[in-house]
Amino acid sequence: MNSVWRTRILVALVLAVLAAAIYFPILKRRVRRQAQVQQKSEEQARRELVQNLSASKDEPKVKAKLFWASDADGAELTATIVELALSNDPVLRSKQVLNTLLAGPVDVELRTLPPDAALLAFYLLPDGTGVADFSEAMATAVPSGVQSEELAVDSITRTLEANVPQVRRLKILIHGQEAETLAGHLDLTQTFPVSAKPGQAPSAQSPAAAPAKK
Amino acid sequence: MRSLFPKTLRILSAILLASVFATSSHSLLPFSPQTAPSQTANPAMQTSRQGLNIVVLDPAHGGTDPGARGGGGMRESDIVLDLAAQVRKGLESQGFQVLQTRTGNENPSFDDRSALANAQSGAIFVSLHISSTGLVGTVRVYTMPDMPLSAPSGGLIPWDQAQAAYLSLSRKLGESVQGELTQRFKGSPANAQTASVRQLRTTAAPAIAVELSSVSLQDRADLDRMLPGMADAIVRGAVAFRPSYVTPSMPGVAPGAKP
Repeated sequence: MNSVWRTRILVALVLAVLAAAIYFPILKRRVRRQAQVQQKSEEQARRELVQNLSASKDEPKVKAKLFWASDADGAELTATIVELALSNDPVLRSKQVLNTLLAGPVDVELRTLPPDAALLAFYLLPDGTGVADFSEAMATAVPSGVQSEELAVDSITRTLEANVPQVRRLKILIHGQEAETLAGHLDLTQTFPVSAKPGQAPSAQSPAAAPAKK
Repeated sequence: MRSLFPKTLRILSAILLASVFATSSHSLLPFSPQTAPSQTANPAMQTSRQGLNIVVLDPAHGGTDPGARGGGGMRESDIVLDLAAQVRKGLESQGFQVLQTRTGNENPSFDDRSALANAQSGAIFVSLHISSTGLVGTVRVYTMPDMPLSAPSGGLIPWDQAQAAYLSLSRKLGESVQGELTQRFKGSPANAQTASVRQLRTTAAPAIAVELSSVSLQDRADLDRMLPGMADAIVRGAVAFRPSYVTPSMPGVAPGAKP
C-alpha cells in the first residue's frame, strides 16, 4: 500500500469520526425524545380513551355528589357537589361519575383512588349489579391497609349510590379479572352493597360536606 | 396374598376404616394448599368443645409481600412479626396456647392461614396489621359484615362462608378488644368496624383483624413504642372475651348463643 492510499484511508477515517461526532448527539436527542413519548403509559392512554368515550357535552349539567376523603388522614369520606353533564343512561352515567371520582378532588391529598387508575369498562346486570373493571393501578397503587382499601371502595359505592340509583351492588374487576383482594386486605371476590346499606340513609344527606363515616 | 391377609383381618380393617371416616365427618379437617377443600365442617354440628384455649395469631403479609411500606425501609410484615411475639408472650402468661400462621419471613396463603385456625377446637383468630394511612397512633378492629350462609349439607358448610356462623362471636371479641384499645390509643373508634377482610372470610372461628396507624411515621422507634400497649390490649380483650366463648353442643343452635 503506497502512501497515497494510506492518506486516503486516514482522511476517510477522520471524516467518519467527525460525522459520528456530529450525528451521535442528534441521535441521542431523538432517542431521548422518543423515550419521553413512550413514558406516557399504556394505562394513561387507556384512561384518556375511556374518558373521551364517556364525555357527554350535550347533556344538561346536574349537581353530582362525589365522595372523597374528608382530610389527609383518610379516615372518613365527605360528599362534594360537582356540576357535571350526566347522561340518563345508567351505564354511561356510572362511567361519568366514576371517571370524575378517579380524576380526583382539587386537593390531591383528599384522593381516595390512585391517580394512575383508570376505569376500563362498566356493565350493569339486570339484577342491579354494577361491574366496574379498573386498570391494574387500582390494585397496585392504592395504599395497603384495611382502612385505606375500605375508603377507596366506599368512595366508589357511595358515589354510585348518590348518583346512579339503578346500581344496587358493585363487583370490582381488575383488568377484566376477578382479583382476590384490592391491595392485600379487602375481599374482591364478593359484591359490595351500593344502595339500601343497613343503617345508612341513601342520598338523604345534606349536600354540604357531611362526614360519611361507615 | 390371601394367606397374608386372612378374612378376619380384612373384616377388622374394614371396621377400622369405617370408624375413621365416621369420626372425620364431625371434625374440621386440615388440608394442604394444593387440595384446598370447598367445604368445612358445620360448627353447629360439632358435638363438643371445651371452651376457648387457643389463640391463632396471624402476622399479615410476609415473604415477597411486605404489606404497607414506610420511610427508612419500614415494612408492615416485619413490624407485625414483632407485635405477634409480644401478644404471644402476654397470651401465654394468661394460659392460652398460641399458634402463629408464620414465625418468619414467609407468606402463607389466605387459605393456609385460615386452615390453621379451622383445624383447632376452641380457638380465636387475630390478624395483625399496620396501615399505610390513617390518624397516627389510632387502632381499629375489624370484623366481617353480614354474610350469606347457605344451608349446611351433610354437616358441612362452604369453605368461603366459614366465618358466617361465627359473626356474632367475632363481633363480641371485636368489641372486647376495641374497648381495650380505645382506652390506650386516644382517637381510636369506640366500636369495632365491619369490613370485608379477605382473611377473615374463610376462618371458622371468632376472627378479628387489628390495624394500627401507621407506617407513615418517620421513625420506626415511634411505632415500636406503641406495640406493647397494643399487645396488652389484645391480651386483655381476649381474656375478657373468654367466658363468652360458648359453642353449643346441640345441632341447629347458633354458635355463641349462651344457654
